[in-house]
Amino acid sequence: MKAVEKTKVATIWLSGCSGCHMSFLDQDELLVDLAKRIQLVYSPIVDVKTFPENVDVTLIEGAVANEEQQSLLKEARARTKVLISLGDCAVTGNVTALRNAWEDGDRAVLEREFIDNSDVNAQVPTDVPKLLKKVRPLHEVVKVDYFIPGCPPSAGLINYVLTELLAGRTPNMEARSKYG
Amino acid sequence: MVEGDRMSKEIVISPITRIEGHAKVTIHLAEDESVREARFQVVDFRGFEKFCEGRPFYEMPSITSRVCGICPVSHLLASAKACDEIVGVNPPKTAILLRRLIHMGQMIQSHALNFFHLSSPDLLLGMDAAPAERNIFGLIEKQPKLALQGIKLRKFGQELIEKVAGKRIHSSDWILPGGVQWPLPKTKADYLLSNLPEALDITLKTIVMFKDRLQGFDEEVVNFGNFPTYYVGLVTATGGLEMYDGNLRVVDQKGEKVADQVDPAKYQEYIGEAVEPWSYMKFPYYKPLGYPDGIYRVGPLARLNVASYCDTPLANAELKEFKELGGNVVQSTFLYHYARLVEVLFCIETAKKLLENPEILSERVQAKAFVNNYEGIGVAEAPRGTLIHHYKVDPQGMIRWCKMIIATEHNNLAYNKAVTQVAKKYVKAKQLQEGMLNRVEAVIRAFDPCLSCATHAVGQMPLEVQLIDSEGKIIDRKTR
Repeated sequence: MKAVEKTKVATIWLSGCSGCHMSFLDQDELLVDLAKRIQLVYSPIVDVKTFPENVDVTLIEGAVANEEQQSLLKEARARTKVLISLGDCAVTGNVTALRNAWEDGDRAVLEREFIDNSDVNAQVPTDVPKLLKKVRPLHEVVKVDYFIPGCPPSAGLINYVLTELLAGRTPNMEARSKYG
Repeated sequence: MVEGDRMSKEIVISPITRIEGHAKVTIHLAEDESVREARFQVVDFRGFEKFCEGRPFYEMPSITSRVCGICPVSHLLASAKACDEIVGVNPPKTAILLRRLIHMGQMIQSHALNFFHLSSPDLLLGMDAAPAERNIFGLIEKQPKLALQGIKLRKFGQELIEKVAGKRIHSSDWILPGGVQWPLPKTKADYLLSNLPEALDITLKTIVMFKDRLQGFDEEVVNFGNFPTYYVGLVTATGGLEMYDGNLRVVDQKGEKVADQVDPAKYQEYIGEAVEPWSYMKFPYYKPLGYPDGIYRVGPLARLNVASYCDTPLANAELKEFKELGGNVVQSTFLYHYARLVEVLFCIETAKKLLENPEILSERVQAKAFVNNYEGIGVAEAPRGTLIHHYKVDPQGMIRWCKMIIATEHNNLAYNKAVTQVAKKYVKAKQLQEGMLNRVEAVIRAFDPCLSCATHAVGQMPLEVQLIDSEGKIIDRKTR
């Protein structure tokens, strides 16, 4: 029997809490089955440091909050067939976007943390990726093919979407996900 | 690359993978290309201390749970404890027992994640194994039985959280100022008790395996972040290992107590925070020693260094063995791995005791009150160390100011010292090899930093190692 080529899957963690990645791992024993069908080519849990070419499916957790994340997201889009917003921060901005309520939210959060709430060398760090003025959900930056809402989405929901995509079907999210 | 230093060169490892967060390491070289210093840089930031302002205090557990998807329960608990102070009530005993119980689930799943999913590829497949294999999926292929045990142990912790609090991650409907929302049904307690022996068995076997393999890691034990620091953690009134409540104990590099039974609400007298321009993670320091001399460590290694004993038999026996590795204190960061396994054992034994306590099934789980104090401080031991939430509210209970010092942050000075130590030992700039750099990452994995927490933020960019001269010219380059 000819070996079936594994589907190339990537996962990315932008500005979020990693809860969506934890929910991915919450597939528990199903991960063993998944390992037979997918190759994880790029992920925070994998030691590959450049986003590869020709990725079949990329799941992205977190909102877009700094310049580095913005360019990684664009790079991933250019190299991926199916791009999925994983979880509420990617889908809507969610908690990460709470700073958008301030006119200069980027400055406000930095000054509170690093100037007001510091004892020594109080200053805003500069030799780090610059925060974007506003936190954005993924689809405001690139085209997104599927959305998996939830904070975090359940492991069952993530498994359903992956299973459907691996079978060449279109996932139907209606009745599988609700707000809150 | 470093301004004002014409001869400096640097190597960048970015992103650091198999850790919970967005970071890179920059290795600065001296003129002869020996390693001068290495920096652990955190590259994302979200800003909870500002954007929580104006939210009702009772929303804080839900919001701050989103600081971290790996240890959300610790944030729920520290936050709820700060809220308990604001409402000025003591939660009923059963609520405390239940909070302690899910905290055990939290510790077990988080420690299992670090050991099996993130670090064991280095420990079992080897520091120099092919990068593409060095991950949990690689482990599933090469050592399926062991990988499955890791998955099952983590699942036990996650299910414990789910059965008690309704949801595995961000179970914020359950926690309340003054207690918890609902009691624990007996059927669920029985289910958890029925799964407990397997989790215990996996843990005991893993400890045996780790100790067997430890001899093969003599070099890492000596060189992986092995240096004197202070240690900070909560202990019980009699100095035992404590994770939910208790008071702070600080011991020095010789294991002598320099502060003991400190009310955690006085944390600001002991802990200050410094900033460096090259990282989004602040640098807490022990105030009596000043910055940067006040280097200290928290987390599993620190907790076992400060604790005099564990009040469960198997963990206590293991703790004695652990302590023998270092005389009075164990200094090697590599041994965080061992400390984590000892703690898993303690947590499984403690979960059993809690689940067998008939009071845990009581239906009285909530004390009701509104704002009675304008300030609240909640402190707990998160998997990675002491976690502090500090809120101030107005008479309507709206947050006016808040501050969080997160477990991972405390270790920031120590990370930098550790990556410098490992880089000096292993990185040879003239003949760079991937395995050298993986060792630098591995020492960070040993600490198990949770950077989503640390930056009240959290990633990923290319690993590109560049040797750059002072004019910005690339002399050598490696990617993976």
